[in-house]
Amino acid sequence: MTVTATTVALDSVVEAGDGALVTVPAGGRLQIVDLYGNQAVDTLFYDAHDIDNRYSAFDTIREQRAVFLTIGSRLVSTRLDELAVITDDTCGRHDTVGGACSQESNVIRYGESTRHQHACRQTFLRYGAKAGIGQRQLTHNINFFMNVPVTPSGGLTFEDGLSAPGKYVEITASRDLFALISNCPQVNNPCNGWNPTPIQLLGWW
Amino acid sequence: MTHAHEVPGDAAWSAPVRAGRTITLTALADGANATMLIIGTDRLDRLNIPDTLKSQMSARIKPGMVLMSDRGLALATVIASSLDWHDCLTGARPDRLLLLELVKHGLGEADLHGCVNFFSKVAVADDPRASLAFVPDHAHAGDTVTLRADQDLLIFVSTAPHALSDGTAASVAVQLEPPAHLETPAHLETLVRLETPVHVEDPELREEAVRALRLTRELIA
Repeated sequence: MTVTATTVALDSVVEAGDGALVTVPAGGRLQIVDLYGNQAVDTLFYDAHDIDNRYSAFDTIREQRAVFLTIGSRLVSTRLDELAVITDDTCGRHDTVGGACSQESNVIRYGESTRHQHACRQTFLRYGAKAGIGQRQLTHNINFFMNVPVTPSGGLTFEDGLSAPGKYVEITASRDLFALISNCPQVNNPCNGWNPTPIQLLGWW
Repeated sequence: MTHAHEVPGDAAWSAPVRAGRTITLTALADGANATMLIIGTDRLDRLNIPDTLKSQMSARIKPGMVLMSDRGLALATVIASSLDWHDCLTGARPDRLLLLELVKHGLGEADLHGCVNFFSKVAVADDPRASLAFVPDHAHAGDTVTLRADQDLLIFVSTAPHALSDGTAASVAVQLEPPAHLETPAHLETLVRLETPVHVEDPELREEAVRALRLTRELIA
């Protein structure tokens, strides 16, 4: 790691199924560490001074002409403002189109018995509330470490992750940001290797 | 009553559509694009592209797919199309057209959500990043797509060219029609029986799609 004038501003563990709202100042670096491997980390970014200026999955995909995220990917908003850039990545590939699990989509995919299992959308709403982020402000999120292959024939599947214990991804904020994180509790598909585990958040600013 | 409207190229239009009605879009020139946002009965529950895709294991919109909302309900079903690939991964052209239409309904920037780019195809490469390339010759004059509203909807359509296209904007005709057959005892079966579209091998609805339709019928449609 390069030595810079910044200090460790954040070092915390987010338990499986829990979440976090982190304010990252412009120039700050936020690292998400997949402590045990194959853990999907559902993440949304917002301009901290104007939450309508939020991460847009499909604008980001279009601007980079590719579906997956890795080093160099610019995370842009619906206004095409650059919110952050992925500046380090030992996993190599992150999902943009799988979205978040919700109690409601679990029912559709896995049946009524999953109605009251915990889901990422619940975590987003719970941690987002303190920043004024409600239903209308939620959008299609990034799934760090998650593997959702999209094929030339237009197919899409969820597969075991490419991640492994200790792999990490780092984003550098291009402006003051809220990072809204749900450490995914999903147990009905392989996005978490069928076993949700804790992650670590590290920040330098 | 049938309502017909022609949206000229580089324009936006919006309309309420009652549950059960069909929405038919027709490309009036080669290279047409119709970017559509869909919002449900309560003006809050929006089209959720990721949930739509992962429930039906597809990265494109094609006949036989239910367009699902944030809350896991059916908004509309793609009941027929002359094309089997409508882009839903690359968003709307970054202009003000859709935003202005949203504002007319009391909505705004927070409601600029995932959309479908009807008539457009963006090909996915078999490389590590799933690189994308716009396909310029995908839609031709006369191509159509028909949706059935599965609950009361607000639809927003922009005919700006696809954001990755360097072609010119084309007009798109929209036709809204009341249901041909109203509720029957076998209405759930009629929900899953689709018209036979051109170029489509497997128009059957998946189990997940039928579940979303059933819930929507039970709750609000």
